[in-house]
This record gives sequence, C-alpha cells and structure tokens, in this order.
Amino acid sequence: MFTALTDRLNDVFRKISGRGIISEENIREAVANVRTALLEADVNFQVVKEFCDTVQANAMGQEVISSLQPGQLFIKSVYDELVKLMGPVDTSIMTVTPGPTVIMMCGLQGAGKTTTCGKLARYLDAKGLHPLMVAADLQRPAAVEQLRVLGEQVGVPVYIDEARVAEHGQVPRGAAVAVCRAAVADAKLHGHDVVIIDTAGRLHIDEDLMTELRDINTQIGVHQIFLVLDAMSGQDAVNSAKAFNDQLELDGLILTKFDSDTRGGALLSAKYVTGKPVKFIGVGEKVEGLEEFRPEGMAQRILGMGDVVGLVNDAMQKFDAAKTAKINEKMLKGQLSLDDFMDQMAQVSKLGSVGRVMNMLPGMDGFTRDLNIKESDMDKQVVRMRAIYNSMSKKERKDPDMLDGPRRRRIATGAGVQTQDVSQFIKQFETSRDLMQSFGSLNMARKMSVMSQLMSGGLVNLAGSFGLKGRKSTFMEKKDRNKKKRR
Amino acid sequence: MGFFSKTIDKLKGALKKTATVLSTDVRTLFVPGRQIDDQFLSELEERFLRADMGIQNVDRIVNELRDRWRLGKIKDASECLGIVKEQLGANWPKQDRELRLAPSGPTVILVAGINGTGKTTSIAKLAWLLKNEMKKSVMVCASDTFRAAAVEQLSIWAQRIGVDIVKHKMGADPAAVAYDACESAKARGIDILIIDTAGRLHTQENLMRELTKIRDVVARRIPGAPHEVLLVLDATTGQNALAQAKNFSLAIGVTGIVLAKLDGTAKGGVIFAIRDQLSIPVKFVGLGETPQDIETFDPVRFIDALFGGEKAAA
Ligand SMILES: Nc1nc2c(ncn2[C@@H]2O[C@H](COP(=O)(O)OP(=O)(O)OP(=O)(O)O)[C@@H](O)[C@H]2O)c(=O)[nH]1
Ligand SMILES: [Mg+2]
Repeated sequence: MFTALTDRLNDVFRKISGRGIISEENIREAVANVRTALLEADVNFQVVKEFCDTVQANAMGQEVISSLQPGQLFIKSVYDELVKLMGPVDTSIMTVTPGPTVIMMCGLQGAGKTTTCGKLARYLDAKGLHPLMVAADLQRPAAVEQLRVLGEQVGVPVYIDEARVAEHGQVPRGAAVAVCRAAVADAKLHGHDVVIIDTAGRLHIDEDLMTELRDINTQIGVHQIFLVLDAMSGQDAVNSAKAFNDQLELDGLILTKFDSDTRGGALLSAKYVTGKPVKFIGVGEKVEGLEEFRPEGMAQRILGMGDVVGLVNDAMQKFDAAKTAKINEKMLKGQLSLDDFMDQMAQVSKLGSVGRVMNMLPGMDGFTRDLNIKESDMDKQVVRMRAIYNSMSKKERKDPDMLDGPRRRRIATGAGVQTQDVSQFIKQFETSRDLMQSFGSLNMARKMSVMSQLMSGGLVNLAGSFGLKGRKSTFMEKKDRNKKKRR
Repeated sequence: MGFFSKTIDKLKGALKKTATVLSTDVRTLFVPGRQIDDQFLSELEERFLRADMGIQNVDRIVNELRDRWRLGKIKDASECLGIVKEQLGANWPKQDRELRLAPSGPTVILVAGINGTGKTTSIAKLAWLLKNEMKKSVMVCASDTFRAAAVEQLSIWAQRIGVDIVKHKMGADPAAVAYDACESAKARGIDILIIDTAGRLHTQENLMRELTKIRDVVARRIPGAPHEVLLVLDATTGQNALAQAKNFSLAIGVTGIVLAKLDGTAKGGVIFAIRDQLSIPVKFVGLGETPQDIETFDPVRFIDALFGGEKAAA
C-alpha cells in the first residue's frame, strides 16, 4: 500500500540523531528506502539504480548542518535530484515558417494518442494557430471516426480518407504515408499552419509498423514527433520509449492518464532513457485535460510524498490573509507561539473537508474512505484541540514547556479528554515550532518558501492525529500544483 | 464447463505465436552448475523487478531463497528455479481459470477496465473464440456509449466476426443498453452475451458506480448474471494494476482477468500480486490485434517467460 517515504526516512535518521553523525551506513539505509519508493512508483530498475548511486554520492559529500534534521536535508537532496532529472523543462512547440508545421503522434496501443491529438489541437487552436488533424490510424476499427468526432468537439477540421481505411485490419503498405501527404497538401491549400498526425498504435518491436512511421517521417518531412505514453506503464516503458526514440528521434514526450492515482514513475524512466523533454501530461478524458508539464509536483508524486504543494496552494487561497501575514512574520523570526498555532488550526479547519484535501494527495485517493474517516471526525479533532487550548491558563499558553504531568492532567480533565491527548497536542505544536526554529540560519528567500510548507504542516499534523502519520512538511518550495480535473 | 480450456488448447495457430513471443530462455540466468551467490540473487531480483512483479513480492521471494541458501539447504541455481516456479505456480488451480458458464439460459460476461487496456478488442477475441471454437451463439452489447466511435468500433468487430450486437446511440444510458441486450439475448436464445463498457479510471467514483449499476441491471434481468466479470489489464501496466483490480472488484466483483498486449516486451508480473492479495485469477491473455490472438492463461508458460531473456527492441 501507500508508504510515506518521508516517514521512513525520518525513522532512519532519528536513530542516529542522538549521535549526531551520519555514517555511510545510515546513508545507505536511507538510499535503500528511496530505492523502494521509486520501484513502487514503477521507475525502471536501471534508472533507479543510477539515480540512487547519484543520491548516495551527493549525500556522502554533504555537510551535516546541525540546525536541520538530516532526514529532511536528505529528502531535499533527493527531491532536487529528481527535479533535475525531469528537467530541463521545455513545453514549447517548435513551429516552422513557412508552415505548415507537421507534428506526428506515435506510441503503443491504447496509450491515448487519438484523444491526445484532439487535446493538442485544442491547445494549439487556443494559442491562435490553425491546426488540421490527420486520421492516419487506418488500422483500428473506427479510429478514424473517433478522430472525426474529436475534431467536432474541439472545432478543428480532420483530414480523412475513408477509401484507405483498412477493410479487415490489413493496411496496405504506403497507405498511411499517402494519407499524410494528401493532408499536408490540403493544409497548405487551406492555410493551416499546424498538421497533427494521429497514427495507429503499434508495438515497438513490430518492424513493419515501425517502418511505416519512419516512412511518414522521412517522406512527409515531419517537424516534431511526440511519443504518447501511458503514465501507468511499468518497467517496460524504457524499452518502448527507447525503441521509438532510436528509430524516430523523438522531440518530446506526452504522458497520459495522470488523473489517476498512478505514481507515474514511467515519466522518469522515459525521460531518462530518451533524454527528451516531457511536454505535456494528460489529466482527463475530456479535451481540456492537457497540461504543460511541471516537474515539481511530479517529484513528490513519484516519491509518494503527496502533493504538498497543491495543499499549500489550496490552503493559501482560503487562509485569512491578514492573520496569515501576522503569523508568517512570527514564523520568519522563529517564534511560533501556541496562540499562533491555534490560529493556524482554525484556518485549517476553515478549509472544510480535510478529507477532500487528503484526497489531493496522490495515492491517498480513497484512503480516507478506506480508513472510514468521516469529515465529522476531522472536525471533532479540531474541536478537541480547541477545548484543550481553552482549558490552559494564559501563562501555560505562553510557555507550554511548563506543562508538567499534573498540569496536563488538570487540562485534560477540564477539556474532557485523556492526558495523552493533551500531550499529543503539545507535541504537534512543538513539531511545528521546532521546524521553524531550525530555519533560523536560512536566508530570507529560503524562509519564504519554507514558510509555505509550514502552512501545510498544520494540515499534516492534523492528519497525524488520525494515525496518518508523518506527512510532515519538507523543504520543498512552493510551486504550481498539478490540478486534477475529472470528467 | 471443464472442457473449455482443453478446446482452446487445441488452437495450434495461437500457440505458435506464444512460443516465439514468450521465449523460454532461462539459460542466461540458470547456467547449469552455477552456484548460488549474492550476484546470482541480485540478478534474479533484477529479472523479477523488470517483469513488474513489484518490490515487495520480489523481496519476499528473494529473501526466502537467500535464507535457504545461507542455511545450506540449496546451493545450485537450478534448485532456485524449481523453488521459484513452484511458488509462483502454486496459486493457479485450473478450475479457477475456466470460464463459468450458466447451466441454462444466456451466460453473461461483463467486461471492464481502465481506458485503452484492450477491452473492445478482447471482446472481439472472446466472441471469435466462443463462436468458432465452442460453437456458441454469441451476442455483444455496446455499453460504451461515452468514448467517441466506441459503438462503431464494436459494430465493426461484430460484423467481421459474424455475431449479433445490441446498441443504442452515443450518450445513451449504458445500463439501459445492457438491459435491452439481456432481454434480446433471452428472446433469441443466445448462449453468451458479452458486454463492452467504457474505459474508466478506477479512481472515478461516479463512473465506478455507473458500472455497479450496469451489473445490477444485468443481475436483475438474468438470474446468476453476470457469470463472469472480466477485468482487462494492459500487460505493460506497472504496480497501478493492483489498485485497478482492487477498485474494480469493489465495484463489480471481478471474477477473472484478461491480460492484454502480452505480445509486446512487457511481462505483466503484477498479476502475481493481484492473485496473492485479491485472489483474482487470470483467465485469458491477449497476444495481438486480431480476433485469433487470444489464449487461455497458462501459468507454467507464463512463469517460464518471466525468466526469458529481454527481447531486444527492434
Ligand atoms: N498488440 C496488442 N494490441 C492490442 C491487444 N489488445 C488490444 N490491442 C490494441 O490496443 C488498442 C486499444 O484497444 P481497445 O480494444 O480499443 O481498448 P479499450 O479498452 O476498448 O479502449 P477504450 O474503450 O477506449 O477504453 C487498439 O489499438 C487495439 O488494437 C493485444 O493483445 N496486443
Ligand atoms: Mg473500448
């Protein structure tokens, strides 16, 4: 099931924090955890191996900054390395003048090429271009019809040659090339500046069909070739991506079905083995479901750490700006008080359904449902925290360190909860505060970015009180989240 | 009912294809006389991981072998092969892999899966198999009324294979189509009704409920139906297949898996985890794009293929 890498890494480093020295052995153990996480995410075996070697080497050379928790520092370096591996980001689409720019989509069967053609046409159309789609999948029954319908949906014309559609699955050699050639001529005639070719799905080991693609490429003069790849692909993604790239010299990758709960390691594998940029990700069956690729949220997703950034953004929108600013200031100084913490909690509960927020975490989809956590239970937690807080004296709130056993028992009685609930509450607060204090040495820009993490820390700790442990904030910077769209 | 797989095993044509695709090349790893050592175990691990068997599963198997080796119980690589094959193969009793047919009246097979796994093509294959090899009267039902040209696609297959089809317009209620198909199958005395459904992600709750509704409608029209609920998985899928199997099972009670696209270079090793954790057997494998490219699942051959050498990309 879902395993939180952050949690496991924190465990690894907690063991050593007493001694304060990170040994090679510790790093090895941490790297082993990263390896497992990546393999669970379907990142290719070989890619994982090389990635882990790099991470290991990086970690060895690193100085241990005492004010930072080594676990988080390590995660940060893994995260950075992943982002690096997924970059450089280039979501531009090269066009030529005079046009038309010819784009060819290719990939295995069922990857989502036809739908992606429609999405891309819509995307380019919205950018002011005038695309023409070409139905060059003469193989699969009704593929041509599917593209025609998509064309209608997005308001982009489709070039179709019914006469060349395979009667019984046997496409004569050269038929697809002929259709494409005629389509490009048609595009010139009607002033289309982009031609998007939908090709039949094929296995990378099917020589005849791979030859067909090469023929289209060379004989038509294709400018851009995109490989469409299913984000749920497993270990084999490297084999197909490599074969397509070797034979066609791809220009970019499009990963589909990212609206699912897949961790999507195939993205990393394909990027790694082809060296070609990921241009877009598909996030839904509908024609709007295409997004320019951003690596940041993706690194977290692949590592199984959840879309922390998405949480932060969502939280940011709903937070009381003035109050937040005030808390922020204190945070920056490393002086989070219990009052601030409670304010933060109040803000968090304003988010409404924590369950919904939890569901934004990849891999957590349906998790709350599985655990049978109801929204009302979440609310109950916040109410309980509030009760504990209310039972504390002003002095105690100012200085929670003074809360010894008898005081905790008294507060518990007052709030109508168990003593351990009080302790847990204090612990949650301390975690947040300590995290802040450890940032004392960071520069302002760093603090600003880390601060947004802390906002989610509130959520995280709240979640923690339900046994969904350790979704603790890490050092990731605030970045665009990958919105989820559903039909 | 037990005769089903035997009948298919006679299909020479399809078998030939598997023989070449799922090559049984265990020589690279299990060289005769090779001693077990850490190197061997890590190669074995790699082979398993590459087959999408999942790190947890692989760890378990490899650790067990390592333990036995350390205790001196095994020392030759070939002993390993035997143990592994036995372990992996233990869970696939023959009766689990056979199609369940209704004792009387139409047998209903409901087919589902996420987008693009090969549902419609697999239905064409099943229809072909049942019609030509089992001499059954077959009807297909176009309950994918969502994806562009889905109805058209199934219609073309039905026509090519020569089986009946029940269809509505695009956008129609898929459960209503299934309802009509059930009535029609009964009226015409059809042996087997196969229902195509729209691809959907297992995480889309509303769409999963729609599937449940189709299932319920079918169950009300024909007692004991659906007799089979087949989940079509794409063999190239990684660990997410487990989540798919789980959620589809929750929604419609999956009785078997069709593992499509096994003619590529992917091995589909995730089915072992699905078998272990969810007790769902694999019933058929898809090996190409024509109706004849189907076979009943053969665990022995499948496991052999796991150890086969990586096919070099062309
Ligand atoms: N190589 C190979 N291709 C297959 C196999 N099964 C299906 N396909 C191809 O995969 C593609 C998608 O198959 P479909 O049957 O349309 O898949 P589907 O699950 O019905 O798709 P949606 O209804 O769109 O969700 C088509 O191009 C099929 O020809 C197989 O066993 N091997
Ligand atoms: Mg279909």
